[in-house]
Amino acid sequence: MKEVSTTPPELVIPSGADPLLTVEHLTMRFGGLVAIDDVSFSAGKGEITAIIGPNGAGKTTLFNCITGFYTPTVGRLTLTARGEEYLLERMDGFRIAQKAHVARTFQNIRLFSEMSVLENLIVAQHNELMRASGFTVTGLFGLGGYRKKEKEAADLARYWLDKVNLTHLADINAGNLPYGDQRRLEIARAMCIKPTILCLDEPAAGLNPKESSELNKLLIYIKDEHDIGLLLIEHDMSVVMEISDHVVVLDYGSKISDGTPLYVRSDPNVIRAYLGEDEDEALPPEVAADIAKDFDPENREGV
Amino acid sequence: MNQSNNNTTAIDFKALLKESGIAALVALGLAIVLVGFKTVDTPTGMDITTRWVWVVVAVASVFVGRLAFAVRRESKASRAPVHVDMKAKENRAAIIVNRFSTIGGPLFIGFALVLPFMPFADRYVVDVATYVLIYVMLGWGLNIVVGLAGLLDLGYVAFYAVGAYSYALFAAYFDLSFWVCLPLAGLCAAGFGVLLGFPVLRLRGDYLAIVTLGFGEIIRVILLNWYEFTGGPDGLSGIPRPSFFGLELKRTAAEGEQTFHQFFNLDYSTMHRLIFLYYLILILALLTNFFTIRIRKMPIGRAWEALREDEIACRSLGINPTNTKLTAFALGAMFAGFAGSFFATRQAFISPESFTFIESAVILAIVVLGGMGSQVGVAIAAVLLIGGTELFRGLEEFRMLAFGGLMVAIMVWKPRGLLAHREPTIKLHPNGAPPPIKQAATEGGVK
Repeated sequence: MKEVSTTPPELVIPSGADPLLTVEHLTMRFGGLVAIDDVSFSAGKGEITAIIGPNGAGKTTLFNCITGFYTPTVGRLTLTARGEEYLLERMDGFRIAQKAHVARTFQNIRLFSEMSVLENLIVAQHNELMRASGFTVTGLFGLGGYRKKEKEAADLARYWLDKVNLTHLADINAGNLPYGDQRRLEIARAMCIKPTILCLDEPAAGLNPKESSELNKLLIYIKDEHDIGLLLIEHDMSVVMEISDHVVVLDYGSKISDGTPLYVRSDPNVIRAYLGEDEDEALPPEVAADIAKDFDPENREGV
Repeated sequence: MNQSNNNTTAIDFKALLKESGIAALVALGLAIVLVGFKTVDTPTGMDITTRWVWVVVAVASVFVGRLAFAVRRESKASRAPVHVDMKAKENRAAIIVNRFSTIGGPLFIGFALVLPFMPFADRYVVDVATYVLIYVMLGWGLNIVVGLAGLLDLGYVAFYAVGAYSYALFAAYFDLSFWVCLPLAGLCAAGFGVLLGFPVLRLRGDYLAIVTLGFGEIIRVILLNWYEFTGGPDGLSGIPRPSFFGLELKRTAAEGEQTFHQFFNLDYSTMHRLIFLYYLILILALLTNFFTIRIRKMPIGRAWEALREDEIACRSLGINPTNTKLTAFALGAMFAGFAGSFFATRQAFISPESFTFIESAVILAIVVLGGMGSQVGVAIAAVLLIGGTELFRGLEEFRMLAFGGLMVAIMVWKPRGLLAHREPTIKLHPNGAPPPIKQAATEGGVK
């Protein structure tokens, strides 16, 4: 792990005040390839933590470790929420969502495309409904208050459909929605598992500027009203700089910077990772100018 | 054809002729061997005769058929608008399916209920109808595994065999009645479903199909070779018939018991038993149907469909894929077990001959042709395929040709099955969607 250069203290986020997710010494190896190398950080409750970094930096691998799709080689992942402490690295993939209520979305949207929009949101409440239906036995005979529970599930789905502005499309197949709607539906579906932390893998990818700013509003709304943590992988710097409270920068699997957006933007390590170290490795000037523009706070208002 | 050529691209007849020629060439290659030569018994032994006329007929009909098919396709393509309205297409499918299931469904059931009392319902008709209903039930059972859970199962007949043999063996060794054995056979088959399910949990699609295919063969080979227990190729005979609430459907009853015709003061007729068996399988099949319709609206049913769509997304929502898959295998197998024990009691004799791979293929064909997941579609496909091939019995050796032709015709005409539309299991707007709220311009739908 590279050393982070000395920083003015007021710019670094005092994370650890109310940590929701603590990642300690996380390492993930695939054979000889080290995808994540000794990464530690923490994400707070009621905070948006953005994870950024160049392509191949290990961001999605980190997500897959947190959400149980990979079992980390080394490291501890502690989730403290609702009075319980969960050690995520010891849990089976689906149990992380079932017990610890860690929700996620995917870089390439994964909806149940042949099922209706509403059904997508009902499936997300599977475990609660399973219990209410007496593991299908009593539900099959219409006993045990399953009807009532299903109605409640539909109400929760309705709430989120209203929030993502898809209520009028509730009964059509999810696969028939336009791309931007599918992205929002995936977030709504993740929210239906009543998460403690919501992990979003490039939610703004492929959205136009208007959709992107609507997404920002939605994420801030979720953070403020539902008091959960958000973990965000994003390439779109306008999104990152505008809404995140805390930014973690990865490069080649290592953490190179960690702090407020303001701090990270001026961190020489980050600039080096994005813009190249010397002339031989430098990006073409027009690309470098583009990236610099993205980082510029004056510019992002126009997006 | 000429009118359509004016505004769009002309049909390339040369290419079409070439396409038909190639098809005819393939047909020629097949027909020379399959149709061209026939072995005949002569007093001195076997002899080969040739039937070149039939070869010419076969090749010519393939050529003409392919050409007609291609011309129709091309003319349709040249006339079709560039943008096909998928929404309208889907709506039309929805209307057709709804009409079928709201009017057609009860109509079918009503017809099935009165069938044995129709004037034309002789012994043969009731027998064929019973046979068709076994396949309807198997189709509905497999529909749980393939149509809902999306697990391609090529060894479904194994569970059918388990059900049949468990009834026959329970009856032979423990002298249990049909009504006790029916649930036991279902449980046994479900147990085997879980047994098969465990090793294949990680497999999908083609790989899963191969393993299930192997499982089906393993069961058959065990039944064939475990001579002491299952009777091997000799099979099991003398399987007891079911009773009607304790009344035997026989000419004479055992000491101190009554038979069905004595109790109801009827003349003895063998039709009674056939009609009884017909109603028995009808009830079992309808039970399967209502169970499936109901469980689709349960969380487990929705989880099956979600698993078919995307397993990774299911895991991210906290759905246990292991349990979900195993219940699909177990419940699908259970209905095959019920059907199997009915089959055993109807035939009174079973042998491994009845449970070959072709049976699995036919059941799978019924599900796929009916439209995966569609209950009415599966029933129609079973009637067409099983009843149809009975109708073609007069064609003798060309019967399988008719069977295959029917399958190809359905797949060309309806590539996704007869009734492929899927109705959502829960609706927010049962009476049609409200117009979209124009919020985006002001608030973006948030707050």
